[in-house]
Amino acid sequence: MTVSAWEAFWLLVQRELRLSFRRPEQLLQPLVFFLIVTTLFPLGLSLQLSLLRDIAPGVLWVAALLSALLSLDFLFKSDADDGTLEQLALSGHGLTVIVAAKTLAHWLVTGLALVLVSPIVGTALGIPVGAFATMLGSLALGTLTLSWLGAVGAGLTIGLRRGNVLLSLIVLPLAMPLLIFGAGATDRAISGTNPAGALYLLAALCVFTCTLAPFAAAAALRITLE
Amino acid sequence: MWTWFYKLASPPYVYRVAAALMPWFLGLAAVTIGYGLIGGLVFAPPDYQQGDAFRIIYVHVPSAILSVTVYTIMAVASAIALIWRIKVGHAVAAASAPIGASLTLLALVTGSMWGKPMWGTYWAWDPRLTSELILLFLYVGVMSLRSAFEDPARGDRAAALLAVVGVVNVPIVHFSVVWWNSLHQGSTLVTLEGPKMQSSMLWPLLSMLLGFTLFYGAVLCIRVQGEVLQRERQSAWVREAIKS
Amino acid sequence: MSGGGFWYMGGYARYVWPCIGFAGVVLVWNLWSARRSLAAAKIRASRALAMAASEAR
Repeated sequence: MTVSAWEAFWLLVQRELRLSFRRPEQLLQPLVFFLIVTTLFPLGLSLQLSLLRDIAPGVLWVAALLSALLSLDFLFKSDADDGTLEQLALSGHGLTVIVAAKTLAHWLVTGLALVLVSPIVGTALGIPVGAFATMLGSLALGTLTLSWLGAVGAGLTIGLRRGNVLLSLIVLPLAMPLLIFGAGATDRAISGTNPAGALYLLAALCVFTCTLAPFAAAAALRITLE
Repeated sequence: MWTWFYKLASPPYVYRVAAALMPWFLGLAAVTIGYGLIGGLVFAPPDYQQGDAFRIIYVHVPSAILSVTVYTIMAVASAIALIWRIKVGHAVAAASAPIGASLTLLALVTGSMWGKPMWGTYWAWDPRLTSELILLFLYVGVMSLRSAFEDPARGDRAAALLAVVGVVNVPIVHFSVVWWNSLHQGSTLVTLEGPKMQSSMLWPLLSMLLGFTLFYGAVLCIRVQGEVLQRERQSAWVREAIKS
Repeated sequence: MSGGGFWYMGGYARYVWPCIGFAGVVLVWNLWSARRSLAAAKIRASRALAMAASEAR
């Protein structure tokens, strides 16, 4: 029974989601990490809520970045360990489709979860409700871009000793423009100026990454699996 | 017409040419850097705004321009190596990385030292400075990735892919002063009306730029010999080559 | 030339000279490090060849 590329894509997404929900700890860990990191900043700085508002976008975004890095481990590792990744690569559907499916599923259970939790964290950091729309939008675009950048990095570092340190070293420099625009958009929304410009740039970055990263990530996997 | 391209793909040819060219590159680099330093530090008049502090330009600008150029060369060599599977490309990329990283560090440090008298601060999170810092991280990432693999061929390919992905940062570094309100000054040399600098200041600067480029060429020649040897250890021509 | 002499650099000596100095350090390091890695590569290559020759025997 041959399956078209689209069908393979959706089947794979469903598989990834099903597997993720079978191990809920894997989903909860990055989320809890996100909550803990955002708590560390106010504890360490002991600021009042009104002053916390100034650093809130940055804190939110750094925490999102770090917890995304933590979760990237799950993207390819378990499949690479038991040989499923090679089987998928040999299946004839093209690594690009496989990578796209895995990354989308990964974002749905990590990035999207982060976005849904962010109003709680935002309130705890003093972000006014009026800025929530921008905060949610920028985090949604940002985490999606991050999942893709992470896919490229993860593809390059599967199975390396201390691969996660190297993964951070690779992904974080590439993610810096993301941080600048994402935090900048939320910052603008908080202070009352129009965040549209920063959001458009963030969207442009997202589109750019989503179009090119699948090919880069597939090439990375090809190098690692050879 | 393409024979020179094919020759460049041959490791023994590259090894011989690099060994032969190196003294020329180094000698010319010494002359041009010498002229640039004397012209810039001694004979150029002090800037009417910055006084003698502007003389930092003679090491800051060449190292900054070269930091970006070397990354581009590394990315192009990597792409050639990945697409056409030409191992010499990996050798050139691996040889260029430490040179480019050190020049990026030089650009950041001299820029920081210049920032204090000029802007009042050693650092600012401004687009050009930030993207240059990202460039340094990218260099380090490429070098770390290459050495993390046990299989050197795989390490070469992984590092090459990362170098190509990171080349996105290069236009950001260059255009950052155009796209954003930057603390860093805009383009002085490449403008529509020609260079905005008087000739007694300009010629030593151009000479330093040429000198640094020639110096990169010389060091590249030395490093690429070693990189080629490492990748071709099993070949017959190596026996003759290392006798020298 | 500026007042105070060449080394004084119009008061900016503590910015200008460390920059020139660090530039010199970077250039020298590049040459030294490159020479070292080439020497090491030659040694490794001759060792690999010696091993291959002794295995062939």
